Amino acid sequence: MTNAVLTDVKIVKKKKEKVYINTIKRVLKNKLAVVGIIIILLQVIMAVFAPVIATHNPSTQNLVASELPVFSEGHWLGTDNYGRDVWSRIVHGARISLIVGFTAVTLGLIGGITLGLLGGYYKKLDGIIMRIVDLLFSFPGILLAMLIIAILGTSLVNVAIAISIWSIPSCARIVRGSVLSIKEKEYIMALKSLGASDLRIMIRHILPNAMAPIIVFATMRMGTAILSTASLSYLGLGAQPPTPEWGAMISQGQDYMWTSPHLTIVPGIAIMLVVFAFNVVGDGLRDALDPNMDIQ
Amino acid sequence: MIALIVRRGIQLIFLLLGISFLVFSSMYIAPGDPAAMVGGPTATESDLEAIRDNLGLNDPFLVQYGRYLKNAAQGDFGYSYQSKQSVSEAIAIRFPNTLKLAVASMVVAIIIGIIAGLISALRHNSWLDFTSTTFALAGISIPNFWLGALLILVFAVNLQWLPVGGLSAPFYTIEGMKQMILPAITLGTGSAAMIARMTRSSILEVVKADYVRTARAKGVKENKVIWIHTLKNAMIPVITVIGLNFGALLGGTIITEKVFAINGVGRLMIDAIAMRDFPMVQASVLLVATLFVVVNLVVDIIYTMIDPRINYD
Repeated sequence: MTNAVLTDVKIVKKKKEKVYINTIKRVLKNKLAVVGIIIILLQVIMAVFAPVIATHNPSTQNLVASELPVFSEGHWLGTDNYGRDVWSRIVHGARISLIVGFTAVTLGLIGGITLGLLGGYYKKLDGIIMRIVDLLFSFPGILLAMLIIAILGTSLVNVAIAISIWSIPSCARIVRGSVLSIKEKEYIMALKSLGASDLRIMIRHILPNAMAPIIVFATMRMGTAILSTASLSYLGLGAQPPTPEWGAMISQGQDYMWTSPHLTIVPGIAIMLVVFAFNVVGDGLRDALDPNMDIQ
Repeated sequence: MIALIVRRGIQLIFLLLGISFLVFSSMYIAPGDPAAMVGGPTATESDLEAIRDNLGLNDPFLVQYGRYLKNAAQGDFGYSYQSKQSVSEAIAIRFPNTLKLAVASMVVAIIIGIIAGLISALRHNSWLDFTSTTFALAGISIPNFWLGALLILVFAVNLQWLPVGGLSAPFYTIEGMKQMILPAITLGTGSAAMIARMTRSSILEVVKADYVRTARAKGVKENKVIWIHTLKNAMIPVITVIGLNFGALLGGTIITEKVFAINGVGRLMIDAIAMRDFPMVQASVLLVATLFVVVNLVVDIIYTMIDPRINYD
């Protein structure tokens, strides 16, 4: 009897492994997604090894060498109006955007998954939770984040909090949708009849089966979060000088567009590449996790 | 249909009440003493107390909220802490610019989006399709404040074809149109990309439908199959995306107004947040959010009208 159960567990584990391998195979077949993965990996490497990769201290000013063009000696991406090395600021900016984006998405997922699980599982809570979600949805994109920053004040930490709250309603709706269909499945009924607690059913059995849309959402949301962080910093509501944040760099560079256009162009390319990468990987994952697609 | 409009109308009232409560309570809990902001640094404690009495800041929260709602319903949103100007007046002056920008961007987005989506779907898997879908993805990923800065750099600074910013001239004049081109492209690109993607996938789906195959089998000319049988049906989800994007564009005006130094509600809001001018923040956020939910409601209703298969009952 015990052996039979163990064999079953092994089969389930093997099946799961196969699903993961198939998903990875499908993502890797998508050329754009592969390009996206490479860009994300490069950003992660830049973020982790920023002090090693950067050639200068991102905040050190050198007014003698200000506004140097790209491919200048010692400063291949030039310098800004304070003589700070643009490459070093881009590298450290990669770290900031990744940390803020990751924090915002993680907090948003925690909030969204909790509300989605509770709303989907308990009918009594569903009404009130979905009304709160509807209310949060009635603010167009960045407006909700700006309202939160108006309360908390301008800083990068508050930007992460604001973007996470903005992510909660979308995540909650996605999770709730999955929970509503999963909780009617026979194995959930079986678990209930065996006396498993609601918390255990939600965390151990419903959540893992609702992960596919959550993973796609989180990937796409990283792009949105990075873009929003840059936008809010550009508006002066996020990173404050001299923080080497990409959006803030564009905002400062815009004043020198006539003499040093690279100060605007370079950080913009960095933002676009990273957001593009998360979008294409998200697209690739969505296609790969879609059960209607053929398994090759 | 009338029952749907009435029901959604009632829901809208509750939603607007919820939005106003959220916005009012956000400013209520925000740190900072409004009396000190109104009185300025030289105000004494007795001055501050007089201001608090005058503004009703000593009343309980719900009394203050009730008063705010009553005044807001009459178009009175109080006075700016900074400029002492009437908030309604300040918004009324700037709102036409914001609306002009949102409408012009939507026009740009619809034209570019539908044409790109159409070409992409009709030349499926060709280099045109690949170029169009890659540009659509880039359009979604591009920070619009950066795109705006680049357009200024090329068309205003280098080529000097178009003005750097502002939206002062009336839109029906040549100068007004010139001022509108760059901001409209900047704000419309993201929506154009989404409309293109939706148009493409929607057409590709409809092309596979049985009735399209039947039409072909009956010997209907290819042009008629595409323009009458395919496009007409493929446009239904596209119209929803267009509607939803109009709401999003209203939010997007905030950044574009800053890039092009346009005197609109978005710029007013950013300045108000930076100065912690709460009445101004409250009213501008309330205005944009209200427009957003009203536009979404109208889209929902239009959607049910054009697609009889949808039944919200």
